[in-house]
Amino acid sequence: MANMQPTKTPVKEQEPKVRARNFKEVTLGYTPEEAMNEAARCLKCKTPMCKTGCPVSVRIPEFLDKVAAGEFEEAYTIIKSTNSLPAVTGRVCPQERQCESKCVRGIKGEPVAIGRLERFCADYVRENGSSKKADKPVSNGHKVAVVGAGPSGLTCAGDLAKLGYDVTIFEAFHTAGGVLMYGIPEFRLPKAIVQNEIDGLKNLGVDIETNMVIGKVLSIDELLDRGYEAIFVGSGAGLPRFMGIEGEGLVGVYSANEYLTRINLMKAYLEDYDTPIKKSRSVAVCGGGNVAMDAARSAMRLGAEHVYIVYRRSLDEMPARKEEVNHAMEEGIEFLVLNNPVKIDGDENGNVKGMTCIKMQLGEADESGRRSSVPVEGSEYELDVDTVIMAIGTSPNPLIRSTTPGLEANKRGCLVVDEESMKTSKEGIYAGGDAVTGAATVILAMGAGKKAAAHIDEYIKQKNN
Amino acid sequence: MYRIAQKRVLNEQVTLMKIEAPYIAAKVDAGQFIIFRVDEKGERVPLTVADADKEAGTITIIFQSVGGSTRKLAALNEGDSILDVVGPLGVATEYEKDIKRVAVVGGGVGCAIAYPQAKKLHNMGVYVDLIAGFRSKDIVIIEDEMREACNELHICTDDGSYGYHGFVTNKLQELIDGGAKYDEVIAIGPVPMMKFICKVTEPYEIKTLVSLNPIMVDGTGMCGGCRVTVDGKLKYACVDGPDFDGHKVDFDELMRRNGTYKEQEKAHVCNLTGEVRGNG
Repeated sequence: MANMQPTKTPVKEQEPKVRARNFKEVTLGYTPEEAMNEAARCLKCKTPMCKTGCPVSVRIPEFLDKVAAGEFEEAYTIIKSTNSLPAVTGRVCPQERQCESKCVRGIKGEPVAIGRLERFCADYVRENGSSKKADKPVSNGHKVAVVGAGPSGLTCAGDLAKLGYDVTIFEAFHTAGGVLMYGIPEFRLPKAIVQNEIDGLKNLGVDIETNMVIGKVLSIDELLDRGYEAIFVGSGAGLPRFMGIEGEGLVGVYSANEYLTRINLMKAYLEDYDTPIKKSRSVAVCGGGNVAMDAARSAMRLGAEHVYIVYRRSLDEMPARKEEVNHAMEEGIEFLVLNNPVKIDGDENGNVKGMTCIKMQLGEADESGRRSSVPVEGSEYELDVDTVIMAIGTSPNPLIRSTTPGLEANKRGCLVVDEESMKTSKEGIYAGGDAVTGAATVILAMGAGKKAAAHIDEYIKQKNN
Repeated sequence: MYRIAQKRVLNEQVTLMKIEAPYIAAKVDAGQFIIFRVDEKGERVPLTVADADKEAGTITIIFQSVGGSTRKLAALNEGDSILDVVGPLGVATEYEKDIKRVAVVGGGVGCAIAYPQAKKLHNMGVYVDLIAGFRSKDIVIIEDEMREACNELHICTDDGSYGYHGFVTNKLQELIDGGAKYDEVIAIGPVPMMKFICKVTEPYEIKTLVSLNPIMVDGTGMCGGCRVTVDGKLKYACVDGPDFDGHKVDFDELMRRNGTYKEQEKAHVCNLTGEVRGNG
């Protein structure tokens, strides 16, 4: 008999006031008892819809069944069979728009907390599980290169390594992990957990070469010349977008990418690291996605008195994960929705001294289905800030498309792929993640890496027949 | 890890190092840069490459030890290693077509990167005037190398203790007034120097290339820290540059943005140009 408790089993979190000033993880995770209680809420539907909402098709009811029975290692094995980074996705997936949105328990109450349970299993096994390392697969003698060690590249590399391929990942930064390391903050995704997943790949025999900017130090064609039979390009998000308003060149205007990279990858929040970052009094973050929430909450943790989210539509249209919006609100981030920046104002030394905003109102739905917003004439006002962070998206990195003849990109600079196989216009080259979609989620990137791995395997087998 | 194959102290502040980085050595061209990180807690610091030896697999960097990271680097010796070197980054310098005579202008430690430009142009058969400015005689660097890389070497000192007494801008003006016809001028050094070289060349409509040194983190087109305004448009020095048409660069904005961390790092001066800035 299922546990008919209508709401999710609560999960312990750091107190908002305390956590708003530290970088430790916000959500503390379930105990085994809480996990078993929550997993027992699953109704074991004959046709489980939850699974269809998952970009990597995690076998959700099966793993929930094992959790409910207290068989956590078995549950983890089930998750891991389709999802190579469960400790990560359990923390950062927008479950409310994926698996949990399809759960029948959500009709008359809250859905099963699938994300929290996924995280629980991964954490439990990491902390208590048998330390036996997965056996290194027998090599099939074929070499594949992966460009970029972010979510799509790591997933693709892991799947190919399990099939016996000799996989080398080329990473531009000094550390593997991509956005999981430079973008998502420690308080949402501890870096030790990401590192643990990367070490798992190394145990499978994946070779990771850092400080290798493909497109510069070696081209895609040079990689082919070196005997890699196929290449997966997961080079990720590129140049940050700015609004094109006056004052974006002032001192104190950051892209979210720069702000977060200084904090997460370069550890500007730790005293003993050399990385500088502005000590802000009052911060405006422009945008309404997860990156905006991460930047705002990081600014609060660095000691700002006021942090504003300035977003031109309403809370309902906000693309950020719901939990992040709630957490940000609890932590004292001030939400200025239906507001849009008009210009950033500077003092005589070129430092930010404020931002002129205008009130907006909702209009008709636009092509994305979200209601557009239109300015309310004459409603301009000055927001008192000394720092502005632009979190309004990125365009894909130009280095590979500009140095690879025959690789087709669309007019936004995204690599063009066949959506089924992730194959690009150039033979043997596959791509996925933000390099293809523009800024999107970790799990979509992982889904693309997974698809590409399967098709790369097929391609190499066919070629060698 | 990247091994220091050779170290030469050029003056009290400036050090030359050859670092083993065979992949970069095979690819790097004049105008491109690397980013280094000495150890786990260090910054990522961009430095334009001064020279490369493909056979030996080494790159040469010349830097001023004034920031935390460059001081750490200068304290290392031959045989020691640093944690990270990534490159070659940025677009290699593209010269105007059919150029016959060029003035390459370097300021201070900026001469270290003016030098490879002069060398490359000289090897291409272009007549090169190399104008190298220093505060005083005791900090003149790589004089022999520079002399071999040009037709005329004009060393200038602010205090007149060596060579021409005056700024590089004065010397360039004199050469132009004396009848030198330049197809292009390349200026590399502190931002104010590049700005005023552009003011000298502007009335004569001489194409003037400058190598910009904004604050940078990743150097690969991700963070956007290195954005500069060129011809009123947003450009990223790491992937669009670092070379730009000097007559179109908003130098004042660059100077202000390079001062972002001035308060935090009062004693922290740029290793390339002697200016205060965030990286280094």
